[in-house]
Amino acid sequence: MAAYSISVNGEVKKIDVAADTPLLWVLRDTLGLVGTKYGCGIAQCGACTVHLNGTAVRSCSLPISAIGTSKITTIEGLSKTGDHPVQQAWQEVDVPQCGYCQAGQIMSAAALLAKNAKPTEEQIATAMNGNICRCGTYHRIKEAIVLASSKMK
Amino acid sequence: METTVKTSRRDFLKLGLSAGGGLMLSFNWSDSVAALINSSNVAGAAPVEFNGYLSISPDDVITIFSPNPELGQNIKTSFPMVVAEELDADWKKVKVVQAALDVKKYDRQLTGGSGAVPHSWERLRKAGATARHMLVEAASKKWNTPVTALTTGNGFVLHPDGRRFTYGELATEAGALPVPAEVKLKDPKEFKLIGTAVPNVDNKEMVTGKPLYGLDFYREGMLHAMIQRPPSFGTKIKSVDATAAKNMPGIVDVVTFKNNVAIVGKSTWEIMKARKVVKVEYENAGTIESTTDHDKLFKELLDKPEATVRRKDGDVEAAFKSAATVIKREYQCPFLSHAPMEPMNFFAHVKADSVELIGPTQTPDRARMATAQLLGIAPEKVTVELTRLGGGFGRRLQADYVVEAAELSKLINGPVKVTWSREDDMMGGSYRPAVRYRFEAALDANGNLIGYKLRGVGINAGNSTREDNFPSGAVENLLIDSIDHQSPITTGAWRAPITNFLAFAEQAFLDEVAIAAKKDPVQFRLELLERAKQKPVGAIRYDIDRTKAVINLVAEKSGWGKKKNLAQGFSVYFSHRSYVAQVAEVELVNGNPVLKKIYAASDCGIVINQSGASQQVKGGIVDGLGHALYGQVTFKDGAAEQRNFNNYRLIRYNEVPQVEVHFVDNGIDPTGLGEPALPPTGGAVANAIFKATGKRLYNQPFTLQEEMKGVKLGQKM
Repeated sequence: MAAYSISVNGEVKKIDVAADTPLLWVLRDTLGLVGTKYGCGIAQCGACTVHLNGTAVRSCSLPISAIGTSKITTIEGLSKTGDHPVQQAWQEVDVPQCGYCQAGQIMSAAALLAKNAKPTEEQIATAMNGNICRCGTYHRIKEAIVLASSKMK
Repeated sequence: METTVKTSRRDFLKLGLSAGGGLMLSFNWSDSVAALINSSNVAGAAPVEFNGYLSISPDDVITIFSPNPELGQNIKTSFPMVVAEELDADWKKVKVVQAALDVKKYDRQLTGGSGAVPHSWERLRKAGATARHMLVEAASKKWNTPVTALTTGNGFVLHPDGRRFTYGELATEAGALPVPAEVKLKDPKEFKLIGTAVPNVDNKEMVTGKPLYGLDFYREGMLHAMIQRPPSFGTKIKSVDATAAKNMPGIVDVVTFKNNVAIVGKSTWEIMKARKVVKVEYENAGTIESTTDHDKLFKELLDKPEATVRRKDGDVEAAFKSAATVIKREYQCPFLSHAPMEPMNFFAHVKADSVELIGPTQTPDRARMATAQLLGIAPEKVTVELTRLGGGFGRRLQADYVVEAAELSKLINGPVKVTWSREDDMMGGSYRPAVRYRFEAALDANGNLIGYKLRGVGINAGNSTREDNFPSGAVENLLIDSIDHQSPITTGAWRAPITNFLAFAEQAFLDEVAIAAKKDPVQFRLELLERAKQKPVGAIRYDIDRTKAVINLVAEKSGWGKKKNLAQGFSVYFSHRSYVAQVAEVELVNGNPVLKKIYAASDCGIVINQSGASQQVKGGIVDGLGHALYGQVTFKDGAAEQRNFNNYRLIRYNEVPQVEVHFVDNGIDPTGLGEPALPPTGGAVANAIFKATGKRLYNQPFTLQEEMKGVKLGQKM
C-alpha cells in the first residue's frame, strides 16, 4: 500500500492503495465514482474511458502510480449539471439503450471535440473505434457527435 | 374504435390506509390479495396508490412503476408511456420508478422473448384508464357536474366553463371512490403520447454517470468476491491451495464450494490480484469436448436415419424422387458468448430470517425461487431489487450467478457482491448453441417448390428448428426434424434463440432456391405466400398478409431490383410475434464488397415509442450483423478459446453500414421489438454479398470463412 494524492474532477483526493491498482478501481471502489465502468479490464472496450489532462485514456489499464500530477476528469466531472454539449446531444438524440458503455463513449467524444471541434467523419470514426457498444447504438452516437459539434463554442 | 374493458374479479381493487395516513388503493393484477405497494422510494407528500403501476401525490407528482427489468429494450420508458396515455397525464410530470420483484402485484415480471408489450398492453392501458375514470368522478362530485360534461387533458380534469383541477388536487378523493366495474379505453386515433418519440427516462442519469447498474451497487460493510470456476467444461476441482492468496492484502477469506473457489476481500483489485496466486488443480469429470469434435459429430448426425420429427406434410420422399432439380446445402454457426457490456454480478445478503438480493437479472422471480430452493427457505423470505441491466441478451435469464452469490453470502455470513471478470463471463457462462443445418429443396420442371427438407443438429440446442415458420404451410411435401447432442458445455437462450442463426440459413437457402427456379427472390417468396394463402398445407402460424406487407414495404423503400451498381440481398423473418423484412446493399469498390446500407420494414403493430422502436431495430441489425461477421467461441479440450474482446470480436463504430428503418402502420395491438429485427440481417447481407461477388456464405462468422479469403469487406455508415 502506498499513499497517493490525485486530482479528480478538480478536487485533490488522498488515497492509500497498492501501486499497481488501476485507476478504474480507485475511482469505483475507493472514491465511489461509479460512472466509469468496468467492461473488459484490458483496454479493449472503452467503457472505462476518462480524461487524463484532457486526453481520453482507458482507466482499467492505468496504474495509480503512473498518474502523478495529471488531472483526471471522469463522467461525473465532465460538467457540473450534466450540460456539456456532448451530454446534451446524447440526450437530445436519445442515444443510450442499456447505457452501460455510454459514459465511456461520451468521454471519448468529449475529448475528441475538445481538441477538434469540427471533426470529419473519418476523425470521428478513429476516435470512437475503441469504444464498443454491445447494443449497437453507433448510428446515434455519430448523430450526437455531429450535433454536439454544432453546439461547441 | 373505443374499447370497453370489464374489470374482472382478478383485477379487484383493494382499499386501505397507507402508513402515512393517506388513502391508498392497490390494483391487484393477480388472484392473491396483495400487500399494498411500498411507496418508500417515492418522494413528496403521501401518494395515493391507484394500482400497482400508478400513484398520484397531492402535490401532483405522477409516479408510474415499471415492473419489468430494463436492459436496453427501453421498457422503462415505453410501459409508463402507455399508462400515461390512458391517464391523460402530463408526461413532463411523470416520474418513473423501477419496481422491485412483486409476484402479487405483477404477472410476468421478466424480460425475455420480446413478450412484455403484448402481455401487458391491455393491463397498462387499464391501469391508466381506471385512474383517469376515478379522477373525473371525483371532479364531478366537487363541481356537481355530470361526468359526461367533463374532459381530461395533460394532467387536468377540465370543466366546460374553464375551471380545472390538477390530478394531484383530486388524488385523495379519487382514491377513495369505488372502482369502476368497467373502463373505456381510448380509440388509438386519440393517442397523443403513444406513437411519438419519447427519450429514455434514464438518459440524464446515464449521461452523468449516476449509479444505476448492479455493478454500481455498494453498501457499507459489503465484501467483494470473485469466483474461480473450472476453466474447462467437463472438469471438477481436484485440489485447492489458497495459502498464499489468503495472506494477500485486503483478502478476507478464500472459500471453496461446489466447483467454485471464491476469493473474498475488501476491494475488487485486491481480489483480482489474490486470485492469480490461488492454485487450483482440476480433474476430468465428464466428456471433454473440442470444436473439432463437434464438427465431426455434426456430419454424423446429419446422416443419421433417426431424428425427432418436428413437422411432416405430404410425401416428401415421393416429391424428391419426382423432382427436376434438387438443391442440398449445409450451414453452420458457432457458439457465441452473450457478452453484455456489464459483466455478471449480484449482491446477496443472507440473514438469519431473510435474504436480500440486489442486481441485474432478466428473471427476478427465477432468481428468488432458485435462491429459496438452494437455502431451503420459503420464497417469501427472499426479496429481489432490480437495478438497471448493462445488457442481457438472454444471459441474465439464468439464475446461476445470483444463486452463487447467495450461497457465498451464507457461507461467509455477510453481505457480498460477486463480480465476474470478462474472462469469467466468456469462459464459464453459457453460450448460444452451435448448430448445423441441412436444407434440401425439390423443384419441378417449372421451378415450383414441391418438396422441402430441413434437419437441424445442435449442441445443447433443444429443437434447433422452428418447424412452423415460413416456408412451412406453402410447400406440399415437407419434413423438418432435429437431433440434439448433450454436452457439458452450458448453453442458453441468446437474443432471438435459434432464429438468430436459423433465419440466416433459411433465408440464404431460399435465395439459392429462388435463383435455381429462375425467379426473383422477392417474387419467389411472395408467390409462396400466395400459395400458402390459397392452398394452405397444415398449420400456418404466421400471418400471410402481414408477412407480405413487410416484404412489399421494404422492396418499395429500397427500390428493390431497380438500382444499378448496387447488389441487393433480401431476407424476411417472423419471430416473437413481429415481422421484419430487410434489404442489404453491397457495392463493389476495387473488386471488394462494401456493405453500404440495410433497409428494414417492421410490423410490430402499433409503435409505442418511435425513438425506442427505431433504436431497437437499428440495434438488432447491428447486433445481427456483428455476430454474423465476426462472432465465434471455439473450444479446445473443453475450454473456450476466446476470453475477452481482444479475440472475441464485437462489431465496432467503423464497421456499421447505414440503416434505414420503416414501420407498417396497421393499428394492430403492439408486439415486441427486442429481438425480431436481428434474425433477418445475416441472410440479407449474405445474399447481397453473393449477388455482388458470386461467393455464397454457408457458415458464420462470415469474415473467417474460406469464401472470404482475400476479400476485404468494407462497411460505411
